[in-house]
Amino acid sequence: MSVSTHPETVVPPPEAASRWGAVSRWVGGGWIFLLLIALLVVFTVLRPGQFASAFNASTLALDAATLLVLAVGQTFVIITAGIDLSVGAVLVFASVASAKVMLFLSGAQGSTYGTTDGGWPVIAIGAVVAVLAGMVWGAVNGALIAIAHIPPLIVTLGTMGMALGSAQLLTGGLDVRAVPGKLVAYVGTGKIAGIPTLVVIAVLVTAVAGICLHLTRVGERTFAVGSHREAARRAGIPVRSQLLRVYLFSGALAGVAAIMAVARFGTTTIGGHTADNLATISAVVLGGTSLFGGIGTMVGTVVGVLIPVVLLNGFVILGIPPFWQTIAMGAVLILAVFVDQLKRRQRERA
Amino acid sequence: MTPTSGAPLLEARNITRRFGHVQALDRADFTVYPGEICALIGDNGAGKSTLVKILSGADLPDSGELLLDGRPVQLGSPLVAQHLGIATVYQDLALAPELAASRNLFLGREMLRQGLLGHLGFLDRASMRRIAAEQFATLGIVLRSPDVPVASLSGGQRQSIAIARAAMWAKKVIFMDEPAAALGVVQTARVLDLIRSVRDSGIAVVLVSHNMPQVLEVADRVEVLRLGRRVARLDRSEATVDRLVTAMTSGGQEEAAA
Repeated sequence: MSVSTHPETVVPPPEAASRWGAVSRWVGGGWIFLLLIALLVVFTVLRPGQFASAFNASTLALDAATLLVLAVGQTFVIITAGIDLSVGAVLVFASVASAKVMLFLSGAQGSTYGTTDGGWPVIAIGAVVAVLAGMVWGAVNGALIAIAHIPPLIVTLGTMGMALGSAQLLTGGLDVRAVPGKLVAYVGTGKIAGIPTLVVIAVLVTAVAGICLHLTRVGERTFAVGSHREAARRAGIPVRSQLLRVYLFSGALAGVAAIMAVARFGTTTIGGHTADNLATISAVVLGGTSLFGGIGTMVGTVVGVLIPVVLLNGFVILGIPPFWQTIAMGAVLILAVFVDQLKRRQRERA
Repeated sequence: MTPTSGAPLLEARNITRRFGHVQALDRADFTVYPGEICALIGDNGAGKSTLVKILSGADLPDSGELLLDGRPVQLGSPLVAQHLGIATVYQDLALAPELAASRNLFLGREMLRQGLLGHLGFLDRASMRRIAAEQFATLGIVLRSPDVPVASLSGGQRQSIAIARAAMWAKKVIFMDEPAAALGVVQTARVLDLIRSVRDSGIAVVLVSHNMPQVLEVADRVEVLRLGRRVARLDRSEATVDRLVTAMTSGGQEEAAA
């Protein structure tokens, strides 16, 4: 037999065969990004003064910030071929726990409305409490999924109800409406170098998580576990602890999103996050992450979060009834999954 | 009649394994010598799979001993076996289909960058891709592209990647379970070539197969199991389909040879 020793033996595909493949890869990977660009262009052309203003851009980014942080965690989870339905409920629980602690530490337990004079130490403790509360639920999810092998859909559906119920138990069903004034002023409505603080937080979280996902070993193993669990296990990857870590991370980010939501609205929002789970899942899937696991990008998730936000904003500015946004998003989501399946089928034929 | 080209590399002696009422292995012996392709054959239920599992650390024997380089070893898990230089290419290949070939080669053994970034867990993708390309080149594996997902490659190419990965990390023995089971003629020939070049690189190969012509084509030596015991050991020169089938179905060769 002949053993070739030329590195050139690993050759690029012949052009004829690859042209269709290249086109479909490009379109399949990038069409949702093109859709976002197209939406931005259309709305800008139709209402340049209103849509393309700095104020509107910052409103858009603020609307997307909290959801983006949740979607970053969801991206990791879905790449492992899992799902986290509990993110919104965990956000509510973490915000309630955090707001209660901040209220107690500010010595204003009787307050039911307005702001307290809690200082930065109180806010810092509140933020830590929010993240820890999120991680507790993340640990419950991770343990039941990785160790007890209960399907993620069921586990997180269960913890969704449990987290929301616990939050309502803690507060008697009423929102905690008094939060530190500095939190609202500097984080919720404040700006850093002209950019809303919440947006800065969301961008930092996304950048660090994106680097982690695409450039480090933890990220590589997230893909491996989602692509073929048994292969990962046989290759010596600790599958359980990898899954545990991913759900812990998703819980922790729900905690981060919780403190962001409290800062933005100046109150907990117990009833306001029931659709967060589906919103993040559709954003992640829109962004090209496969529900079957093993495929996904952080950039895609950013695009997937921005599309519904831009669509809603554009419709409002154009005077189209905003209800059309929900309809349009549903259609785009189905289209996204259809394209994902087409890509898969085309690849398996190759 | 028994070929003994130097000291055995991996040896199983008197291995017994029982599952409930089924005696899968009954004082079975098995020997692999350095740098050879040894075929392990036997009818369904002869105990091949159980023996391979025990030799690759995926199962523990009830009794008997394993020797690697003449020293007794305990193969408590596949990872222990891997550390000792023993790997298995499973029939389902165990590749991550969404990941590219080079990433699959380093699955679970990712290379990290030097210095601080490495401590933070940053991957050294450039080195991994280079080493993967070298490994493929050394073994004569031609891929359409090292960067497309493994799922888009042909069955033969996937098999080649699985073998290349085993050869990269196992420096002593690779077990292959029906490596050409679902492949066409051309791809089978390529995989058999690959198995030879793995052997030529100094790694012993144990080929578990039902396919007699294939075994005769590629194996240097054949060991036959029947009803949980080794019943024959044949050199390539003395092995014919008739003799192998006789040994598999009626046994008795070992006693004759002894």
